[in-house]
Amino acid sequence: MADQEELTCQELVELVTDYLEEALPAPERARFEAHLNECDGCPLYLNQIRTTIRLVGTLTEDRLAPTARDELLVLFRHWKSAQS
Amino acid sequence: MVTNDDELVTRLRRGDEQAFAALIDRYHASMLRVACRFVSDTAVAEDVVQETWIGVLRGIDRFAGRSTLKTWLFTILLNQARRRGSLESRSVPFSALGERDAQPSVEPDRFFPPGDEYAGHWMAELTDWTQSAEDSVLAGEIRALIQRTIDCLPPIQGIVITLRDLEGWSAAEVCQALSISETNQRVRLHRARTIVRREIECYFEGSESVG
Repeated sequence: MADQEELTCQELVELVTDYLEEALPAPERARFEAHLNECDGCPLYLNQIRTTIRLVGTLTEDRLAPTARDELLVLFRHWKSAQS
Repeated sequence: MVTNDDELVTRLRRGDEQAFAALIDRYHASMLRVACRFVSDTAVAEDVVQETWIGVLRGIDRFAGRSTLKTWLFTILLNQARRRGSLESRSVPFSALGERDAQPSVEPDRFFPPGDEYAGHWMAELTDWTQSAEDSVLAGEIRALIQRTIDCLPPIQGIVITLRDLEGWSAAEVCQALSISETNQRVRLHRARTIVRREIECYFEGSESVG
């Protein structure tokens, strides 16, 4: 394979989401994975992105006061009585 | 056993209050998180979600099932939220690709410069903070940092990362709900994830936040 076909790290970081979303065409994907096999930094970078995704997924605890479920159910009853 | 959305819709049309309550339990918290991407104030976000539920009740008979209930529901939410957001001048049209999208994922000075024998390759080793970031001792602090970072993203990026990585939506669901192309969705997601990654890195490298 010619040198100019090899990805640089700087190019790889721009393709990480396409890679994870399986949106890379097969040859690009092969280049991406070939680079990962030969590089120390890029697997770590990819791992950081995966960790980031997992951490974003932990934000589910609700910082919002639970809105009045009861209030919504009252709205529902109004709606229902207006229907009939 | 979890009742599926189609069945809840059928029951809701018949005026079944339990079905409505089940939908609230299933979607209300997600809707509030998404509404908060558009409006600055939690109380306004709660209004937006309440208006959405009213819209759902008014429109349930017209809901044709061409999209899933979830995407239909969030389409109503987004319309309400955008209207309120633009009243607050915080809204950004979905079609407008922000100029921030052109920014590199990693600062160029992290790589050997053009012309160098190793041009485009990592200049210094990356700090491996992945274990520490998932360490329970720091979890609260990291979560707060991530929340602040997402709050500061352009709204569309904040919505995409919220729906994908927090709410666990598929790419197709996000594209449909936001009426954006797959490519557009990926670009937003990429920007959002790389900005969050960078903020976590800054935290562990002890440098000033760039966001």
